[in-house]
Amino acid sequence: MQTTGVAIPSSISQDAAAGQAPAVRRARRRTIAPYLLLAPTVIFMAVFFLWPMLQAVALAFQTTTGQFSLQPVQTMLSDVNFWPSVRNTLLLTLVIVPSQVVLALIMALLLTAGLRGSGALLYAWAVPLAISDLAAGIVWFAIFTQNGYVNSVLNAFGVGPIIFLSYESPVALFFIVVIAEAWRATAIVMVILIAGLQVIPRDYSEAGEVFGATAWQRLRYITLPLLRPSLQVALILRTILAFQMFAVVIALAGRNLPVLAGEAYTWYGDNHNVGVAAAYSLLIMIFSLVNTGIYLRVLRVQDEQARMV
Amino acid sequence: MADIVIERLSKTYSGGKAPAVNDLSLTIPDRQFMVLLGPSGCGKTTLLRMVAGLEYPDAGRVMIGGRDVTDLPPRKRDIAMVFQSYAVFPHMTVFDNIGFGLKMKRRPAHEIKQRVEQAAGLLQLEPYLGRYSAQLSGGQRQRVAVARAIVMEPSVLLMDEPLSNLDALLRLQFRAELKKLVKEIQTTTVYVTHDQVEALSLGDRVAVMRAGNILQVDSPMTVYDFPATEFVGGFIGNPPMNFLRVAVRPDAGQTRVVIGDQELPAPAEVAAAGDDTVLLGIRAEYIQASSPNGAALNGLDAQALVVEPLGSHLLITAGVGDQQLKVVTRTDFEVQPGQRLHLQPEVDKIRWLRASDGTLLRA
Amino acid sequence: MAASTATLSNSQVIARRRRSNRWPLYVVAVVLTAFFVVPIYLIAVAAMSPPAEISAFPKTLIPRSISFDTLVYFLTFRGVLPSIINSIVVALLTLALSTLIGTPGGYALARYVFRGRDPFRVLILVSRAFPISILAVPLAVTFINWNLYDTVVAVALVHTTLALPTTVLITSSIFLAVPIDLEEAAWTLGCTPAGAFMRVVLPLALPGIAAASIFTFVLSWNEVFAASILTVQSHTLPAQVLASLNESPLPYRFAGGFVLILPSLIFILIIRRYLLNMWGRVVK
Repeated sequence: MQTTGVAIPSSISQDAAAGQAPAVRRARRRTIAPYLLLAPTVIFMAVFFLWPMLQAVALAFQTTTGQFSLQPVQTMLSDVNFWPSVRNTLLLTLVIVPSQVVLALIMALLLTAGLRGSGALLYAWAVPLAISDLAAGIVWFAIFTQNGYVNSVLNAFGVGPIIFLSYESPVALFFIVVIAEAWRATAIVMVILIAGLQVIPRDYSEAGEVFGATAWQRLRYITLPLLRPSLQVALILRTILAFQMFAVVIALAGRNLPVLAGEAYTWYGDNHNVGVAAAYSLLIMIFSLVNTGIYLRVLRVQDEQARMV
Repeated sequence: MADIVIERLSKTYSGGKAPAVNDLSLTIPDRQFMVLLGPSGCGKTTLLRMVAGLEYPDAGRVMIGGRDVTDLPPRKRDIAMVFQSYAVFPHMTVFDNIGFGLKMKRRPAHEIKQRVEQAAGLLQLEPYLGRYSAQLSGGQRQRVAVARAIVMEPSVLLMDEPLSNLDALLRLQFRAELKKLVKEIQTTTVYVTHDQVEALSLGDRVAVMRAGNILQVDSPMTVYDFPATEFVGGFIGNPPMNFLRVAVRPDAGQTRVVIGDQELPAPAEVAAAGDDTVLLGIRAEYIQASSPNGAALNGLDAQALVVEPLGSHLLITAGVGDQQLKVVTRTDFEVQPGQRLHLQPEVDKIRWLRASDGTLLRA
Repeated sequence: MAASTATLSNSQVIARRRRSNRWPLYVVAVVLTAFFVVPIYLIAVAAMSPPAEISAFPKTLIPRSISFDTLVYFLTFRGVLPSIINSIVVALLTLALSTLIGTPGGYALARYVFRGRDPFRVLILVSRAFPISILAVPLAVTFINWNLYDTVVAVALVHTTLALPTTVLITSSIFLAVPIDLEEAAWTLGCTPAGAFMRVVLPLALPGIAAASIFTFVLSWNEVFAASILTVQSHTLPAQVLASLNESPLPYRFAGGFVLILPSLIFILIIRRYLLNMWGRVVK
């Protein structure tokens, strides 16, 4: 902010000679350094983030010759996989995100409960942090495929091989995807929650204990409310990631479980139709924005409390 | 070696209601050790940082050695600074820390070595030259900060509360060392502190600041003995100077001041000022305390309220009327709380101040 | 809390008492650990079984024999080795770009107060909550126009977009942790602001920046959607594996999965000391 220096005549300073010319006035030195330093980031994001967003809108509403048209959107809406993909994406998100957050919360609380060997636990549970969704999909494919490990174990008990991963068992497919995602991405949520837990001073919980609150009551009335900002961040990030779910589904289910991102990929790669792919992309973006808005409203958190993760 | 002229410097921080530094002027002659003394928030650090070039003034100028340096960055002002937090570079050895400024000046390696070792010697850091900051104690880190500054042989040395992060014992010890060091290097120095003991001990002159203004600039003893305002008198000295509100009774023969139902003689200037109340300032150690002896000539009857034995002396809180005084006596003075006392202030140590704004009447 | 040598403090007595009836917690912890660790073990076993074993049924949890044939088969499969190289190149490019572009921004956020600072920070946060990979679809068209389609550069540019907000935020908090009086001291000792940055701030920020770099590397290595959209011939490893996934034989898939995981495991190994330092206070 700019201020212009106003020379205030002093009456107390003993060294000020009376009647001197007014002090030299200076404009606050305005430095452009921060703007220069930020410029590369801003420009880069403008070109590779903002511009493609607008491009996506444009592509979704034009024909291949560049005229305005609703055709890509219409094609998307009338495609046989459209509603399944929307439904699957939303259902998966609805099931995965809450269960992951709960699981992550349990894990975070376990880690901060002071169990022996917590250090090793942290390491073990953080392992999936850096595993890509494609790899996660393959890992769980190996486990649930017809000749996979689950069936091998079942075989040892004399139970015949169950076919988990075919289009004939959509429910099984669904839940295996849930498991694979939970396996892969819970650590991400857990990390955010641990960081949030760390900031809560122990005194609050101890005070609660002194005043007779049980562990569950302490959790519900003290810890969770203070964890709100972290929960909000975790929920938003995880949900956005869920809307983009792609490689896990393909690795486990191929095209038997349509999801939005998978459809975008197919329409682009196999069908060479950029417009429809862009329309799907747009849909994902809209879902993400709406979702973020909902979270911000429902989990209203003051700016000062919100932590930067 | 250079003098510093601060000319009508002002600075207000954005969001601040009052100026941090308020149209302030000050001259520091060459080789003088000037202490900026004041409570936190008085602007002393802001002033120092403007002299250093770390803050930019809204108005006014700074001259060092006759050069207008107001628009110059710190590195072009020929200054060196000791920071309150020491700011010792953690990723360099003590040797590299001390020699950093010389390296920036591209001095040859042998010269750097010689000067660094010399500065380290002055501060007893020779055994630590190869160590890193994390391996040093707070006191040692402080010495590194000082060595790093003096090795530059700057025109002006700036120090921002260098002793305030040390514990009491170290502070005492280092104050004495600093005084000796300063005498040796003979550099124009500006030293910021809130500790009046440091100010009295180290400074050639003390500038007492409050709320962005300088209240008084004088030698330490003058500030101590002749405070320009009530605030200065109360800030300097431990215990603070006593101030009694007294009513003025002008009299053609002898002006008197009234406190409660007692009276004391006062110089004529007190009446000439024209106010009906003034402040009577007297330091605790300039009040003679004795047991009441009937004829209270030019003294005050008081009652001892609290007696604190402080090892080397007694600190008595005495009540006169509805006001209180601190009195210092020898430890063998017999007194109990509740006892009546006779207090005799030394007449030539009494200071008279206006009650309206606390400024000194020419006494 | 300091423990006295003679008696236990009250909280320690409480803690001791609590510990004895905590075994359900340990059980849960063990179950969870098995859940997370066993699949890694299984894929490793699968990838290091001879190809015949892979299609065999039933599988044993302890491998009957170890063989690297499957891995070799995978690595020598057409297109795999080049894709690994591409992945490395893309990740390194992403690393370089995001660090070079994002670090100055992080410094600006940490050290300066300027108009637009808060909106900027909010924008950065918001962009993290955005499905950036999806932008690969419209960008594909742009890259075709720029003759960049199907190049590692194109993928690196999208990955940089993905990594940039986090880089700015992380470097910002790293710089905030470097006390500003160190820079000011350097200025009084003859450094220009740029010089002070290079000599004082950067050396101290380097460990943190290195950690952020590893994060960016792994992010790029793992990314599959944009890489698949933007490449046809110059696939990265995930794109390569994905493209042939559903038609490829099991040994290919298992070996591919394992090779994909390997850098991540190494990453966690490196970063775990950093993690423990960060949370050592809470996790004992």
